This record gives sequence, structure tokens and C-alpha cells, in this order.
Amino acid sequence: MNEILKVENLRRVFDVGAEKVHALKGISFTVTENEFVSIMGTSGSGKSTLLNILGCLDTPTSGEYYIDGISVSDRTKDELSVIRNRKIGFVFQAYNLLARTSALENVELPLLYNSSISASERHERAKHALELVGLQERMYHMPNQLSGGQQQRVAIARALVNDPVILLADEATGNLDTRTSYEIMSLFQELNAQGKTIAFVTHEPDIAVFTGRTIQLRDGHIVKDEPVKTQSARAALEALPPSDDY
Amino acid sequence: MNFFNLLKIALQAIKRNKTRALLTMLGIIIGIGAVITMVSLGQSSKQSINDQISDMGTNLITVRRAWNRRAGVNVGTTNVQTLKIADVNAIADRAKYIASVSPVVSSSGQLIYGSNNWPGSIQGGNEQFLSIRKFAIASGTNFTADDVRSSAKVCIIGKTVQDNLFPDGESPLGKVIRFGRIPLKVIGVLESKGNNQMGQDQDDIVIAPYTTVQKRILAVTYLQQIVASAVGENYVDLAAMEIENILRGTHRLTADKDNDFEVFTQQEMLETMTSVIGFLTILLAFIAAISLLVGGIGIMNIMLVTVTERTKEIGLRMSIGATKKDIIQQFLYESIILCLIGGLVGILFGLGASYVISSALNWPFIISPMAVGISFVVCAATGIFFGLYPAMKAASLDPIQALRYE
Ligand SMILES: Nc1ncnc2c1ncn2[C@@H]1O[C@H](COP(=O)(O)OP(=O)(O)OP(=O)(O)O)[C@@H](O)[C@H]1O
Ligand SMILES: [Mg+2]
Repeated sequence: MNEILKVENLRRVFDVGAEKVHALKGISFTVTENEFVSIMGTSGSGKSTLLNILGCLDTPTSGEYYIDGISVSDRTKDELSVIRNRKIGFVFQAYNLLARTSALENVELPLLYNSSISASERHERAKHALELVGLQERMYHMPNQLSGGQQQRVAIARALVNDPVILLADEATGNLDTRTSYEIMSLFQELNAQGKTIAFVTHEPDIAVFTGRTIQLRDGHIVKDEPVKTQSARAALEALPPSDDY
Repeated sequence: MNFFNLLKIALQAIKRNKTRALLTMLGIIIGIGAVITMVSLGQSSKQSINDQISDMGTNLITVRRAWNRRAGVNVGTTNVQTLKIADVNAIADRAKYIASVSPVVSSSGQLIYGSNNWPGSIQGGNEQFLSIRKFAIASGTNFTADDVRSSAKVCIIGKTVQDNLFPDGESPLGKVIRFGRIPLKVIGVLESKGNNQMGQDQDDIVIAPYTTVQKRILAVTYLQQIVASAVGENYVDLAAMEIENILRGTHRLTADKDNDFEVFTQQEMLETMTSVIGFLTILLAFIAAISLLVGGIGIMNIMLVTVTERTKEIGLRMSIGATKKDIIQQFLYESIILCLIGGLVGILFGLGASYVISSALNWPFIISPMAVGISFVVCAATGIFFGLYPAMKAASLDPIQALRYE
């Protein structure tokens, strides 16, 4: 199997005044193609710090990091931008859609920063990504005309549109109610079934059960890295009491 | 990075905030509008003065009695009458560069025909006066040298005088009007010249032989002015010098005496007026340019606010692959687009304003392609100059911090 991510002895030290905060203290693991990994841990354990480094938004203080076989260490900021643009899809807790911009235009955005893609191809791929997340009916809606779950679907379509080697999600269900969270997890499971590699940060164990593997962080260390007995989010959704819509 | 993509990104960002874009552009609109208006009106007024002066004949030379100065203070001309008909004759006989010369005597008073009254003025000259002052006869004839010799009671009237004394449309030719108590037979009507740029009606005039005005109306022997035309536009200065020499001779002025007369050429008047207008134009354009500067600072201000307000957007763009350069270019394009659109509106606005003002003042309407071109370049430069700092500020943001920004 292809190695999508590989980190070796990753450390991240923040300088806060005279003090040094060791957020990551030597992290090593590998993610292979078509894995669905959840990164768990208590608040402050270093999950976001790790994900930011995996997403090439931040660089480690020391350690090696390879994405899709290429080394990310010693890259310039502009090179990192290109790697983010071509290889990574980000999903945020707060959706981060551009206001007063249609779903379609929001999804097209990453492709605008890739000059090798023509306008018509950009259009086609954005439409296709919106179809993948089940929003083909809402392409021309503005974010404020969409529910939270729908906005997160648009954000997932935006993360998919550049056909990344890995989807990175930081608390992607953190702002959503249980039913919508399950729907989003079901979507992630579908995407995983279609071959997408996903790394998913959460601190909720009942969300992590929908993934295939859990990496548990504590205080900057990996304390547990084991496969999960995966449950179906669709089944969980059907098992929810129908009175959920209070 | 693809230019058109970045342009699209910048345009989308402007479209998302139309009101803000409009407010941002307002300063540029006003600044460019003011510059265009000032430059265009400056040129219009110059052109209008040019037109008027060539209307009166670029060859025209005017001689007036000098101001009576005492210790450098003008105390008036009333009691000094230095210009005589002998001066005119001397110029006509001796000047090589003068084509024609005429005395000028004028007076104002009531014009009467039947029951119609009109307050007017009369100009007396010789038979060459019309051609020197570039008046043309529309109907009838000019008076002759004989008329001048005999102080004939004849006159030529302008269109305004005709309209007021003969409102029913009857032909004034052959009719006898009165200037005060003096009856004058109308022998000609002038072609209309319209208003000059000072708003004076050039058709409100009666022209008669100067002898008639001197003897029958004013009862004087002196002249108020002498007008002459040079043989060609290039000989005006020579001709003016000639007149000065001749008049110093006829007035018996020794070398230590100042002239008791003044010689003006149209060229000199043109130069004085255009230099005054040129100075005013520069001054006003400078003030307008300051408003443009203020407009530019306004753009920078709003762009800076925008950067803060859009921190999260910038973070997102970086996280999906925008490079530093992409962000700089986006913000730069936004500010350049705002400046150029503002400039375009300002140019239209300025041209509109100068059209309205110049037609109200009866000036020719002139579009200065240079002013328009320079305005456009200035707009783009303003956009770059005042957009660069906010753009750099936006690009220097750390993506993680920017994404967290609330
Ligand atoms: N920019 C920074 N400067 C200094 N310290 C930081 C910075 N970012 C993170 N840290 C520190 O690093 C540690 C890990 O933070 P991180 O955000 O990765 O935690 P987390 O596991 O994502 O927590 P949560 O579940 O609350 O999101 C914390 O102690 C935090 O204070
Ligand atoms: Mg976190």
C-alpha cells in the first residue's frame, strides 16, 4: 500500500516569551492509502498542532515529514502553499466559507490558485464535488441560505475539489448536533469507501468509532495507536430516535 | 500564478462588498473629477480668449493715451488729451508695417427710433475702422471717406441695436434714428458677432464717422484711441515700435520724457491673459491633486480596515494554497480596480462638469486627451501606491493565526 503520510520523531516547540511550550514531543506514525484515521486526545494534547503540520500550514521544530512520498522539511512558504493546493484538503470546525459567495464559487476557490486548470474544468470539478456531497440542488445558494450541516458539506466539497491525497479535518463535527454530525461522518465514510484517505481530529469517542484507526495523543506524545472496530454512521443515524427534531 | 484567476478573485471580492467599494471610490471620483474639470476649463478659457482675440484681429494694435501718473499712482486720463488726428495721419503716411489705421472716438447715450428706446454706445472711426476691428457688413454699405470728411450723419448698427429699435422686423436701412438729439441715417447693418467670453454683447454697437462723433456729439477735437492693423501677424511688434517712434516725434517727446501714450498689441494682451489663466489652472489643478491624494489615502484606509476585517478570509485562502504573492496581488488588484473604476467615473464626471460649465460661460468645450491619460495613469499609480502597504500587511499574516482570528 502507498504511504500517504509519514512522520518521524516530529517535535514542535512554541516560544512564549522566555518559556518554551513543547506541544509535540516526538511523534512518529504512518498513514497509508485509503485509511480513515481519527486523532484523539484531551484539550491541549497537541491535536491541532499536529494537524497543522500535517497540513503544511506549520513546520515542525525538528523531525521528518513526508507527504505522498515527498519530503516537506526545508520547503519555502510558497512551496508549502503549492503542496497545500495540490495534495491537501482541509475541513475546519467553523466551515470558513466566504460570505456572500455562492456554494459553487466557494468550492471553485482552490482551483483558482492552480493556473493549470481551465475555467471550464474548474466549473465541472466544482459541480462534481458538490454532487459528491449531495448538494447539487444548492450550488447557487449563499452560505447564509444554508444550514450548518450543508455549509460543512460545501466545505468538504471545497476540500475534495483539488482531488487531494488526504483530507484533513479539525473537529469538523464540533459545531453540529448529533444527527448532523452522524450525517457528516456518514459522508466521510462514503468518501473513504471511494478511496479517500482521511485524518480526522476529534475529542469525542462516539465520533471516533466511525473511523478505522485511532491515534491517541496525551501531552504531546502518542499514547495509543490502534485499529478501531468501525461502526456504520448510516446505521447509527437510523438508530437515532426520530423525535430528535425536538 | 494566473493573472486572470487573480483578477477574478479580486473582482469577486469587490462584488461581495459593493457599498464599501463605492465609498472607497468616492474620494478618487471626486479627485479625478476635479482635476479633469480644472484642466479642461483652463484650456477652454484659454481657447476662448484666443478665439476672441483673433476675432478682433491678431494684427490689431491699439494706441491709448497714457495714464496720468503722479508718483506712480494713476490719477486718471480725463484731463490729458494727447492723441490727435495728426497722429493718425502721420502713422498712415509714414509707417511701413501698418496696413490701415483709424481714429476712435466713442460716446454713450440713448438711441431712439420712433417710440423705441435703447441705451447704447457709439464708436466713431474712419472708413477703415470696420476692417481693422473685423466687423463685416450684413446689409447696406460702409460709410465713405467723403462721409468722414463731411461729418455725414450716417451710421452702421449692430444686430442688438437693430432688434431693439426695429422690433417689428422692418428694414433699418435708410431709416433715421437719433443718438441723443443727433439724427443719424442707418446705411448698414453689421453681421452678428455674438457675446465675447466676458459675456459682453459685441452686437450692441453703433458705428459712425469719427468726425460726426467728434463734432456733432462730443464737440471735441481729440481722439480716445487709435486702432491700426499690421501688414501681417509677424509684423505686429515691428509695427507697434514704428507707431511708438512716429508718435514720440509728433508729440515732440525728448529722450528723457516718458511716452504720453500706450501701444498695445493683441499678442501682448493674449500673453498676459493666458499667463494669468495658466497660473490659475496650475493652482486649481494642484488643489484638485491634493483632493486626489486624500482620495488615495482614503483607499489605503479602507483597504487596511479590509485586511483586518478579512483576516479569516486571508487565512482560508492561504490554507487552500494561496501564496504570499497571490495575496499581495489580490489586494493590489482590488485597490487598482477600485482606483481605475473610480478614475473612469471621475473622468466622465469631470468631463460632464466641464461641459456644463463651459457651455454656461459660452466657452468652447475641450477634452484634453493628455489630462485624461495622465488621470488614468495617476489612478493606477494611486491604486498601487496606496494598495501596496495593505496588501503586504495581508500577505504577512500567519495562516494559522489568521484562521483562528474572530
Ligand atoms: N501558537 C502557539 N503559541 C504557543 N503555544 C501554542 C500555540 N499553539 C498551540 N500552543 C500550545 O500547544 C499545546 C497544544 O495545543 P493544540 O491547539 O494543538 O491542542 P488541541 O489538542 O488541538 O486542543 P483542543 O482540543 O482544545 O483543540 C497547548 O498547550 C497550546 O497552548
Ligand atoms: Mg484543537
